[in-house]
Amino acid sequence: MSYTKPVFHHPHLTKNELGYTKKDYEGSLSTLCAGCGHDSISAAIVEACFELNIEPHRVAKLSGIGCSSKTPAYFLNNSHGFNSVHGRMPSIATGANLANRDLIYLGVSGDGDTASIGMGQFCHVIRRNLNMIYVVMNNGCYGLTKGQDSATADKGSKAKAGNVNPYEGIDLCGLAIELGATFVAQSFSGDKSQLIPILKAAMSHKGFALVNVISPCVTFNNNVGSTKSYDYVREHNESLGRVDFVPLGEEITTQYEAGEVKEVKLHNGSEVLFHKLRQDFDPENKIEVINALQKARSQNEILTGILYLDNSGVELNDLLNTTEVPLNQLSEKELCPGSAVLSEINQGYR
Amino acid sequence: MIWGKIMWITKLQCLLLLTCAKMEQLWIINYTCMERTNVNNPEYYHKVVDCQYACPAHTPVPEYIRLIAAGKYTEAYMVNWESNVFPGVLGRTCDRPCEPACRRGRVEEEPVAICRLKRVAADHKSSIQHLLPSIPEQKNGKRVALVGGGPASLTVARDLAPLGYEIDLYDDQMKGGGMMRSQIPSFRLPAEVLDEEVDQILNLGISAHFNTRVNSLRDLMAKGYDAVFVGTGAPKGKDLEIPGRHDAGANIHIGIQWLASVAFEHIHQIGKKVIVLGGGNTAMDCCRTARRLGGEQVKVVVRSPFAEMKASPWEKEDAMHEDIPIIDNHVPKSFVVENGKLKGVMFEKVSPVYEDGKRKLKPTGEPDVLIEADDVLIAIGQENTFPWIERDLGLEFDQWGMPIINPHNFASTVKGVFFGGDAALGPKNIITAVAQGHEAAISIDLYCQGKDLNERLEPRTKLQSTKMGIHEWSYDNYVAADLRYAVPQADKSETLRDRKKEVELGFDLKTAFKEAQRCFNCDVQTVFADDKCIECDACMDICPTSCITFTYNEEDEAALRQKLLVPALNLEQDLLVSGPLKTGKVMVKDEDVCLHCGLCAERCPTAAWDMQKYLYNTAKAGHHCYV
Ligand SMILES: Cc1cc2nc3c(=O)[nH]c(=O)nc-3n(C[C@H](O)[C@H](O)[C@H](O)COP(=O)(O)OP(=O)(O)OC[C@H]3O[C@@H](n4cnc5c(N)ncnc54)[C@H](O)[C@@H]3O)c2cc1C
Ligand SMILES: Cc1ncc(C[n+]2csc(CCOP(=O)(O)OP(=O)(O)O)c2C)c(N)n1
Ligand code: SF4
Ligand code: SF4
Ligand code: SF4
Ligand SMILES: [Mg+2]
Repeated sequence: MSYTKPVFHHPHLTKNELGYTKKDYEGSLSTLCAGCGHDSISAAIVEACFELNIEPHRVAKLSGIGCSSKTPAYFLNNSHGFNSVHGRMPSIATGANLANRDLIYLGVSGDGDTASIGMGQFCHVIRRNLNMIYVVMNNGCYGLTKGQDSATADKGSKAKAGNVNPYEGIDLCGLAIELGATFVAQSFSGDKSQLIPILKAAMSHKGFALVNVISPCVTFNNNVGSTKSYDYVREHNESLGRVDFVPLGEEITTQYEAGEVKEVKLHNGSEVLFHKLRQDFDPENKIEVINALQKARSQNEILTGILYLDNSGVELNDLLNTTEVPLNQLSEKELCPGSAVLSEINQGYR
Repeated sequence: MIWGKIMWITKLQCLLLLTCAKMEQLWIINYTCMERTNVNNPEYYHKVVDCQYACPAHTPVPEYIRLIAAGKYTEAYMVNWESNVFPGVLGRTCDRPCEPACRRGRVEEEPVAICRLKRVAADHKSSIQHLLPSIPEQKNGKRVALVGGGPASLTVARDLAPLGYEIDLYDDQMKGGGMMRSQIPSFRLPAEVLDEEVDQILNLGISAHFNTRVNSLRDLMAKGYDAVFVGTGAPKGKDLEIPGRHDAGANIHIGIQWLASVAFEHIHQIGKKVIVLGGGNTAMDCCRTARRLGGEQVKVVVRSPFAEMKASPWEKEDAMHEDIPIIDNHVPKSFVVENGKLKGVMFEKVSPVYEDGKRKLKPTGEPDVLIEADDVLIAIGQENTFPWIERDLGLEFDQWGMPIINPHNFASTVKGVFFGGDAALGPKNIITAVAQGHEAAISIDLYCQGKDLNERLEPRTKLQSTKMGIHEWSYDNYVAADLRYAVPQADKSETLRDRKKEVELGFDLKTAFKEAQRCFNCDVQTVFADDKCIECDACMDICPTSCITFTYNEEDEAALRQKLLVPALNLEQDLLVSGPLKTGKVMVKDEDVCLHCGLCAERCPTAAWDMQKYLYNTAKAGHHCYV
């Protein structure tokens, strides 16, 4: 049994603009079960940050409790991290974000951590349009506590022990759109070619970005009859078409026929290209998106891709007009301006 | 509808993937793609073990390194003895083609100290008498003559004696070992070490006739031998015919003759100022020997640039450590003799010019330089001569006077006469002589049994899982980060005083263990079972050296190599390509920089990867198995 990763890497690893290799974005050796979908998502996060030339110290990883919430230990070892209590990651993310809007907030949660104990927190962080990436590693069960059905388990899905889930499953993407999320994507841990550009777009989005990734639990929920198994997801994956992420300053060189590709510009100037497979679907049209989601659900299809993108939202810091300068860079005098200012504020509430 | 990149899938997959049409993602335009790698070819996994593959005798290197780490020195010795016959000698003197090939050298700075670990096994073994093959009382009725007593002949003797052959070995020196005795100086190879390993073979019932030169192949064949093996080496040192060569002959020596005279104690001293001409390993032995016989200002002067000298880097280092400057880009023009006495050598200064990949040495135009010398040693190469082989026997020679030898079975053009070692294909080294000796022994055995020489014996191979528990392996898969350990040397003041004092002290056992742990265990193969893979990507994600990629197959290997996670640019290393998997992709592993760390197998949920130890032993005559 190995406890550490070998120090060696491929001698010809490419470097990004910062001079880092992918190795510099990796974490410690995973302790998750062999073959867990969550590890693939970690690898996709590593790749996305590497390709985006993100300085590792500019990322804050936040998580709750669960196998999924353990993963921040397995990527971005050179970034900040906070492993919070069960279902409470959004509160920590909100506090940190209000104190320092300079960092990239990467929240990692599970379907249990999000859709059961953390449901309230999840709803409110969306409503507030906190500027963060919220990755749900969704395996339809509580992996860490031995595979009980979670609230995202589909009705009728069979668990490893043979019991069939009698309850309706919560569709996190549908819910998030309902609550006003400004970026909603769904993907599959087993399809990095789709997941990586989605993560890159999410990291470049200003506002709340939900990335719900179906991530099979090989140990408790990868059996025949489960709707979150590798085989089932591969068979029922209905891709909305490839998305390409084009960073700021990079030109789109390929020519596309009219109507084939939709370009959406993000706040930081980068662009997302939607290669459309379907004409009945526009990622900026909420009603069409909700329709498509409902339709897919009724046909037992899993819609993947960037489902919804709204560039007009105002993120929480801007809404509250908080300080541009992180609190840790303000002087004591600025942080505690004295009783005169306090009474002035109090006066405002009279 | 074109969906991004075009993918290649096989017909079979297409039938399986009925969904493809629905998904509109797979656009089938071609049915051909790279074949699944045939790992049943015994050479596939052999090639992954870089060191063993590069070793002319294909010594199972990682196997003996693991035994050393486990403190099993006798067993480690025997693994070597089976393959290379002279572990104690080679552990000190081998040209070690394995080390430049060692995978570790492609991942960090230096390869594993394979050669010096071999010495550890030899130095620390216990008695091996009971492990040596038994020699049948009842002979098989066949008699074989071996001409020459060097490593090639001794290997043939060792391989044939256990099969019941009666063997006569003839050598013109007073003891066995050939150039291992006459050329390799004692400060690199102590006589006791050589004696032990030569005697181990001679004691297998070989009739050795020393101080006996064979002067006629015809007469030898007339003695009724069933087969003759010629292992007479390349005994002639090249001379340097430039002006003055014969005016002061007493102080100008041919390197290999001089070394032999020193070894057999005919020469005990040399002048204070010595020039050694040449840049190979012989030159290095000459200069270091000269330092021990009274040479105070010993210089090596070589035509080529320093970096292109033939001598191994470590030989050059050892010479320079003994205060011997190496002067490069100097071409000898004449021996300068005054009043019948040698004064020195006149050199022209040159610089290398490269045209069409060929090197030319162009004079720089600077004035010639005289380097003074009391004695000069010429070490510019060796040649073969066969004055004792009559040219009317039907044994054909080429235009350079070399016998025409089949490089696979080492037969000459006369039935029943075989060659091996330096005598066969020109001067090389001990390990090559041994490897050729094994092949010649197989041929002699086949010949004496009336079988076809080209029906070569298959290697013996064994592939065995190292799995002991869920994530437990029977080999130590931890990858040590240690840099190569240096072998300690005796103090220069001591070694320069005594020609026979061995310079290298060998690893102590603690260091040997640490050095052994640097070995990646490349013989523990990553074996992939297509049908178990669920394509979760875990192995691809974990692999520390980015060896594994799941991707769509390509028709052409070059294209596939390009699209791997890190393009596979080292064409000497193979790709392991799976058959088509469920999604239509294939698993491709570039063997190049695999650490054999086992993480892929540890992270695989279905045990599609397994770490399996591959033992590969070349065939020996009569399929004899020693260990
Ligand atoms: C100075 C020097 C240093 C070297 N150092 C190394 C080293 O460090 N490592 C390494 O791997 N290799 C080294 N070599 C090369 C190595 O010694 C040879 O490649 C190897 O010994 C060849 O083995 P062989 O069995 O073919 O012949 P040899 O070892 O040359 O043995 C041939 C024997 O046959 C005898 N003989 C020749 N003709 C007759 C005849 N007509 N009748 C009877 N006997 C005869 C010779 O006297 C000799 O004893 C060195 C060579 C030289 C010159
Ligand atoms: C307050 C609290 N309640 C319950 C638990 C027990 N618990 C630990 S992890 C977990 C569910 C995790 O499920 P999920 O978020 O889907 O993560 P997964 O392991 O499936 O990735 C539960 C209920 C806890 N740790 N803390
Ligand atoms: S229990 Fe399931 S979710 Fe947890 S590590 Fe194992 S496979 Fe992954
Ligand atoms: S690491 Fe070990 S097994 Fe691999 S090539 Fe080097 S010595 Fe041989
Ligand atoms: S053993 Fe497996 S994980 Fe380790 S380097 Fe080789 S391919 Fe990669
Ligand atoms: Mg879960």
